[in-house]
Amino acid sequence: MRRAFVAALTTLAETDDRILLLTADLGFSVLESFAEKFPDRFFNVGVAEQNMVGLATGFAEAGYIPFLYSIATFLTLRPYEQFRNGAIYHRLPVRLVGIGGGFEYGHDGITHFALEDFGIMRVQPGVTVLAPADPAQAVTMLRKTYQLHAPIYYRIGKDDNTIVPGLNGQFSLGTVDLVREGHDLLILSVGNVSSEAVAAADILSGEMHTSTAVGVVATLNPAPVDALESLLHRFSQVVTLESHYRNGGLGSLVAEVIADGGIPCRLKRLGVDTMPAGRTGSETFMNTTHGLTRQAIVQTVLQMMR
Amino acid sequence: MEAYQIREIILQQSKRANVGHIGSALSIADIIAVLYQDILRNTKPDDAERDRLILSKGHAALALYAALFLKGWISEKELNTFCQDGSLLGVHPESVLPGIDFSTGSLGLGLSIGAGAALAARLQDSLRRVFVVMSDGECNEGSVWETAMFASQHCLANLVAIIDFNGQQAFGYTKDILSQHAVVERWQAFGWDVHEVDGHNTRQMVDVLQNLDWKKGLPHLIIAHTIFGKGVSYMENRIKWHYFPMSDEEYTQALREVRKLEGKV
Repeated sequence: MRRAFVAALTTLAETDDRILLLTADLGFSVLESFAEKFPDRFFNVGVAEQNMVGLATGFAEAGYIPFLYSIATFLTLRPYEQFRNGAIYHRLPVRLVGIGGGFEYGHDGITHFALEDFGIMRVQPGVTVLAPADPAQAVTMLRKTYQLHAPIYYRIGKDDNTIVPGLNGQFSLGTVDLVREGHDLLILSVGNVSSEAVAAADILSGEMHTSTAVGVVATLNPAPVDALESLLHRFSQVVTLESHYRNGGLGSLVAEVIADGGIPCRLKRLGVDTMPAGRTGSETFMNTTHGLTRQAIVQTVLQMMR
Repeated sequence: MEAYQIREIILQQSKRANVGHIGSALSIADIIAVLYQDILRNTKPDDAERDRLILSKGHAALALYAALFLKGWISEKELNTFCQDGSLLGVHPESVLPGIDFSTGSLGLGLSIGAGAALAARLQDSLRRVFVVMSDGECNEGSVWETAMFASQHCLANLVAIIDFNGQQAFGYTKDILSQHAVVERWQAFGWDVHEVDGHNTRQMVDVLQNLDWKKGLPHLIIAHTIFGKGVSYMENRIKWHYFPMSDEEYTQALREVRKLEGKV
């Protein structure tokens, strides 16, 4: 979805000259079109994320909307304090565009896996945390949010092809998009693994005779409390799915909403349990190892229903 | 606005509030006086075209509050809330207070913000300039050097960093912790236009700052050789005065000493 996102950003930049694009030396084969079209508004700042996020504070205070591009882990962890004490503290419209959620960088290993970005970003009041589930949703999301007068963290997938059936490019801030209807069980998912959630729901609703709804959550902060509450009240069992550590992300968010609202609903959180150090493999291998596939979801649900 | 007035306010307020960081604030009193009296083009705190000032060594904010008071941007009543419960005037500066361009307090963050502000001014064809006041200990932070490379790469001639080079940091002397030896050559090697001044000689500082080329060339670095705690004999170059408040006797002596500086350059 990164190509669709950057293409949409390039289009927006044609009519909005507040948009700047900064990269910490990444984006080969993705950012060239923007750089060629707007050479005065594109900066490769070098392999220096802290400086990049600091610069953005100065740019945004002067009226610009800087988009900062890098691999999600590098962009969220190294310059976290610059983001907190800069754009967040000063309430400035800086956009972090973190590429690659969960295991998308497969063979590159743990240094490249974004597994705690939702957690560390959503604890900061005032940051809008967004994660589209497919390219079409990424484009709608960008168009609808880029002018928000607040900092935004976008987790943007590398995958340009996978489509989430039923999503049809919908996005509204703070809503949950129900892409499959059902009445026995609800699966809530975020980001690029949402297509697996839909596939699992189709297996469950079909051969397993368990009518399963799927909600795609693309806004993690501010927490979409109303949208989640009204959905959760309809189900006694819910499963969350995310390519993120089990703690801190969507599963934790849903647990908070259930606890705060006193909602009678059993929750099972699917995510990454342990630090995946050592053996690496393709994204599919890693997702399979950590139970983020349609088969794993189906197994979990069958155990819950037993 | 004279530096001795800033020093007087630093002493009065830190005594009233019974807080430390006195030596750090006294160290930059002359730098702040020069900037506010002779250099900064800032007629209103909310003028978009004003020069920007970032006090990256935010723990010396009391010197800045004194300047804002002397400039008439904050009232005496407001100044007297320094370090009281619910005050906008805390130990470190908050940008919600008119006259504070950016909140600071964590070392190593200010220069990158300044570089962004300077590059933004250039993109907007604005003549506004950006001043970043840093500490020498702050240059321990790697992030400073990321920005040092960036600012010279982009020839940010409208950016000036002033290092309050007092040789002292929170838990010791700079030379014993991470020495800043060959500081001129270091910054020159990173591509900066470097000047050394006596950070307590206001005339010399005005002269250097007024003659910088703000339109083209390299970013500017002013190494201001200062004395930590300058103006109060028993505080000078003593780590203790990074932390401690003054006793009544110490306060009386300190005030007497800084008042003697009236009219001196």
